[in-house]
Amino acid sequence: MLTAIVSVIAYLILAPLIGGFLAGLDRIITARMQGRFGPPVLQPFYDVLKLREKENITVNRVQDFYVICFFIFVVVTGGFFFAGGSLLLVIFTLTLASVFLIVAAFSSGSAYAQIGAERELLQMMAYEPMVLLTAVGFYAYMGSFRVDDIIQGSNMPLIPLVGIFAGYIFILTIKFRKSPFDLSMSHHAHQELVAGLKTEFSGRTLALIEVAHWYENIFLLGIVFLFFVNGTILMTVIGIVVCLLAYFLEIFIDNSFARMKWQVALNSAWIAALVLGGINLFVIMIG
Amino acid sequence: MSYVTKSPWIIHYDGSSCNGCDIEVLACLTPMYDVERFGIINTGNPKHADVFLVTGAVNEQNKGVVQQIYEQMPEPKVVVAIGICACSGGIFRDCYNVLGGIDTVIPVDCYVPGCAARPEAIIDAVVKGLGVLAEKRAAMEVKEDKAELAAETEVKQNE
Repeated sequence: MLTAIVSVIAYLILAPLIGGFLAGLDRIITARMQGRFGPPVLQPFYDVLKLREKENITVNRVQDFYVICFFIFVVVTGGFFFAGGSLLLVIFTLTLASVFLIVAAFSSGSAYAQIGAERELLQMMAYEPMVLLTAVGFYAYMGSFRVDDIIQGSNMPLIPLVGIFAGYIFILTIKFRKSPFDLSMSHHAHQELVAGLKTEFSGRTLALIEVAHWYENIFLLGIVFLFFVNGTILMTVIGIVVCLLAYFLEIFIDNSFARMKWQVALNSAWIAALVLGGINLFVIMIG
Repeated sequence: MSYVTKSPWIIHYDGSSCNGCDIEVLACLTPMYDVERFGIINTGNPKHADVFLVTGAVNEQNKGVVQQIYEQMPEPKVVVAIGICACSGGIFRDCYNVLGGIDTVIPVDCYVPGCAARPEAIIDAVVKGLGVLAEKRAAMEVKEDKAELAAETEVKQNE
C-alpha cells in the first residue's frame, strides 16, 4: 500500500517533468533529422508557460470543463497504472479521457475541430483493439490483470508476448500522434484541418492538453516497460532503455512518413491487432 | 520574467503578395536559418499564434480576412508587416482596389521593407517584435492587477 502511494505521488510529480523533457528531446532529434539545430531542450516547458500567460479565448464555458475532465482522467489513468491497479480499469479510464477530449472539440462547433474530433474517434477505433489485446495478453500469460501482480512475476513477459509487444509498438504511433497517423491533430503547420482537434483551444486550455499529453506518454511508455519486468535490476535498466528506444523509433517513423488516410490507419492497426496480437494470444492459450 | 518571448508562435498570411516575401518567410524555417532555435513555430492557427506575419498589400478582397485573423489571435499579440507592399502598398499603392499597407486595417508593430525582404531582416523584425510582445504582456499584467484590485475594493465596500 505504501509503495503504491509513493509511486503514484512520484508519477504525479515526475511524469510531467520527464514527459516535457522527452518532448524537448523529440523536438531536437526531429530538428537534427531534418538538418536543423533545433530548439532548447526546455522548449516544451517554455511553450506551456507562455500559453498560461496568454489570453484565454473559449467558444463556450463547457469546453474548458471537458478539457479539465480530460486532464483529470489522463492523470487518473496513469495513477491507477502506477498504483498497481487493474490494466482493464486503466484502459477504460484512458478511453473515457479520450472521449472527454473529443466531446470538448465537438462542443466548439468549429468545422475544423469537428472533423478533427471525428478523426480522433476513428483513431480510437484503430488502436483500441490492440490496447485491449495487450491487457488480455498479460492476463493470459500472468493470470492477472493487476499491474502489481504482473511486476511480481519472475518471468519476463516479453518473450511469450512478443507479438503483442510488436502490435503495441505499432499502435503507439497513433497514441503518440506521430506521422503517418497524426490524423486528428498535428504539431506540423499548414495541415489540412488547421490544427484539427485542438483548433479551438488556446491559452491555458491548450497548455493543459499539452501537459496531459506528457502524462499520457509516460503512462504509455510504462506499459512498454511492463513487458520487461522480472524483478531484477538488469531487466529494469533494459526496460527503461527499450522505452527510450521505442520513443526514438516513433520519432524516426514520424520523420520518415507523410500523413496517411484514415482507412490506412484503421486497416493496418486492426491487421496488426489481429495478426500479431491474435496469433500471439492463440499460442499462449494452446501452450 | 515573461515567457512570451521564449516561444513565439507565428501565423503567416499572404495578402496579395507576389510570393517573393512568402518564400523568404518560409526560408526562415529551413535548415539555413532555422528559427525553431528560438522556439518559433509556424502554426496554421490564429488561436495558437503570437506573431502575425503579413506579406503583400491589403485590398478590398482580403481586408476582412486580415482583420479576422488579427481578432482571433489571443492577447498579447504582435503584427509584423513584411515587404514593402505590406508596409505601404509598394508598387501596387495606386491600384484602384488596393487600400495600402497592412496598417490601414490593423495596428502594425514592426515593418520590414524590402522587395523581397531578406530572411535576416524578417528574423530581426520578429526579434524586435518580441520586445513589443513582452511590453504588451506587462501591460496586460498591470490591467489584470487593476481589475483584481477594483474587484477587491468592491467586495470590501459591499461588506
